[in-house]
Amino acid sequence: MNDFSILIGGKAGFGIDRSGLLIASILSRMGYRIYIYRDYPSLIRGGHTFSIIRASDQKIASHKDSIDILLALNQDALNFHKDKLNKNAIVIYDSDLVKIEDLPSGCKCIGFAASSIIKEEGAQEIMRNSCFVGAICKAGKIPWELLDEEFRLEFHNDIDLNLKIARRGYDSVSESHTITPIEQKSLPLITGNEATSLGLVKGGLKTYISYPMTPTSPILHYLAGLADKFSIKVVHPESEISVILMALGASYAGDKVAVGTSGGGFCLMTEGLSFSAMAELPVVIILGQRPGPSTGLPTYSCQTELHFALNAGQGEFARLIVAPGDAEEAHYLSRAAIDIAWKYQMPSIVLTDKNLGEGVYSFDESILPSIKLAEPVTWDGKTPYKRYLDVESGVSPIAFVPLKNNTIKVNSYEHDESGFTTEDPVVTKKMQDKRLRKEKALIQELEIYETVKVYGNKESDNIILCWGSNKGVCVEAAEKLNWKVVQPLYLSPFPIRKMEAAIKGAKKIIAVESNATGQLVKLMNLYGLGADETILKYDGRPFSLDELEAKLREVGI
Amino acid sequence: MINLNTPAINTWCPGCGNFAILNAMKAALGSLAEEGMPIENVVIVSGIGCHAKIVDYINVNSFYSLHGRVFPPATGIKLAKPELTVIGHAGDGDAYGEGLEHLIFAAKRNVNMTAIIHNNRVYGLTTGQYTPTSPLGFKGRSTPSGTKELPINPLELMLSSGATFLARGTSHGLELLKKIFKEAILHKGFALVDVLQVCVTYYNMYEYYDKRVYELKDHDPADRDQAEKKIREWDYNKDASIPIGVFYKKDAPTFEEGF
Repeated sequence: MNDFSILIGGKAGFGIDRSGLLIASILSRMGYRIYIYRDYPSLIRGGHTFSIIRASDQKIASHKDSIDILLALNQDALNFHKDKLNKNAIVIYDSDLVKIEDLPSGCKCIGFAASSIIKEEGAQEIMRNSCFVGAICKAGKIPWELLDEEFRLEFHNDIDLNLKIARRGYDSVSESHTITPIEQKSLPLITGNEATSLGLVKGGLKTYISYPMTPTSPILHYLAGLADKFSIKVVHPESEISVILMALGASYAGDKVAVGTSGGGFCLMTEGLSFSAMAELPVVIILGQRPGPSTGLPTYSCQTELHFALNAGQGEFARLIVAPGDAEEAHYLSRAAIDIAWKYQMPSIVLTDKNLGEGVYSFDESILPSIKLAEPVTWDGKTPYKRYLDVESGVSPIAFVPLKNNTIKVNSYEHDESGFTTEDPVVTKKMQDKRLRKEKALIQELEIYETVKVYGNKESDNIILCWGSNKGVCVEAAEKLNWKVVQPLYLSPFPIRKMEAAIKGAKKIIAVESNATGQLVKLMNLYGLGADETILKYDGRPFSLDELEAKLREVGI
Repeated sequence: MINLNTPAINTWCPGCGNFAILNAMKAALGSLAEEGMPIENVVIVSGIGCHAKIVDYINVNSFYSLHGRVFPPATGIKLAKPELTVIGHAGDGDAYGEGLEHLIFAAKRNVNMTAIIHNNRVYGLTTGQYTPTSPLGFKGRSTPSGTKELPINPLELMLSSGATFLARGTSHGLELLKKIFKEAILHKGFALVDVLQVCVTYYNMYEYYDKRVYELKDHDPADRDQAEKKIREWDYNKDASIPIGVFYKKDAPTFEEGF
């Protein structure tokens, strides 16, 4: 068993998330690479929730349809997922709550009285998950010591009770198969949101401002919890309008600042986005996509905000948009978003989604590219300060209040070099040209960045085109099919030349996107590029490896 | 006296009440600078409207924001650099209409800043529509047969929201205005001055205010009940005498101190 999937399912409030993470952490200690997909409804208690933990000896970022081990904390968990069981799957279930019927004949069923154990120990509902962690470890011949160590690391309260319950689960079942350790270095587990947060901090973040909204709230929670450790300020204001305006105030006064939201919140931020461009106040926006229109499916995923991000805000202005595809990319692209925003004094958008943000990955710091820090152009203090000095690159030297004997005036109106309001036609054109020239300078700088990634068989006739969180599943499917994958990391400014080079010579270009209209393809069409086929999924759920592979086989040559 | 003039050409109407606010603010800042306040630490933030042009007319750091969005950037500036002196200028449409939630939250948080509300009770720059403080029946270009809603009393709202300094001034009476501005700027916490500023073009109230305004005497701003009573004396609608001066003052921890 060196590539297997565990599904743990039950009622919201059963601690599905936590136990999924505990099991993944134990497997990660054994050298496995992990990916977790989390599926939960938009409610606090009740409802069906599940996590798929995939473990492999290879680095992965996708889930499979078939289940090798099912942990059924209630009847729904069995009923909803039994069709996906492998023919030799193992089902570990709470015999107090679950009735086993109609299972494939090869399945091995291991029942134990989890609910009774909880009752006997006088423990809370949520602790049943500890019981299941114990049971799955014993069934897979995982040494008790590994569980013990992991529990002592993860639990801050009730360690002894949780361990006792885990032990009872451990002792209630017998060994059934062997999960063998993999001989490789263990990697830390991290969510995409955590990777984004750490990338921002690495980029010098001083202030994070956000109004809670799935799927980026975990960034707010994570950074708020670590605010003292990182010496940052974390604020949750009255609305997303306030969020972005407050961020622009902090930016003006010299803080590197980021905000996080989803599509609905970003709607409220668009006036602030346009202001950021006009006043040349840098800001980073983490835009976590979830299905719309409107409130849509709050706790599910999609890639529907590419064109919204490209076009949001009145007026014509340059912006940076990056789209990371996994935890490592989320880390270094969030950092790059800060660097570029502050060097070019423009808004930067990091386009993520629920699958990336809340997915759990084995994080390999050693594969992060060493990015050259884009250093801001600062004022030399020799001539009187002009905030919007019209220089060749368009990038005026930046300075922050207070400056002795000089004032810094920023303005949402069209303004002259000193920041005074103007309606003069000559100045208006000059300043608009200056702002747009910054994009040209940025395009030039991006030449040295890896803006487009290519994976798989470079000679293949078939190219899979993808962006964002579909990267993991596309790369893995391409490996199986011996095809090539092209993934733009930067979507604005669009890396036309590199994209052209990457897709050159292909007989068939197949775009894989989690939206209904093929937004990356539409963007490429603007530059005379495109795709021959599209595979689109817009039910809020991610592509599974099996599903995508089958669809690719249908259209490929 | 420090020179706070700028090269920008003033485009307010002759007789506009904003001149009094501009001159009182320049005088207050000049006087504070003489007393040792570093002028480079001052940032003025404005919304959009006639009032907002003030940032072009005073030679200090400025943040010319969006309509209704004076208080969020002002709060952000204080978060990043608490040592700065931040003064937000907002119109009544800005502060009491489009950006009301921001105003309430700035007061609730007790952000250490000053809010100067240019309350002319009419939209000037958009040529004469009613505002949240226009009296019932106000005939503006969007309400030709008169408004059907009562005005809010912004000071009463601010008192219940947690503002720790509340005052009212008028654009007639420069000396008093300068004195109130100075006191508001020196106050540690959220200070709001509602200035009955007159729009000569769309709502000329000079005569009306001159007849009714009186300066608070023997008033204890530390007494919340007394402050409330005085704030309620005129409700921005009915005909009543209009007290001006400092209504309320209280010491309380500020938002920025918490970080």
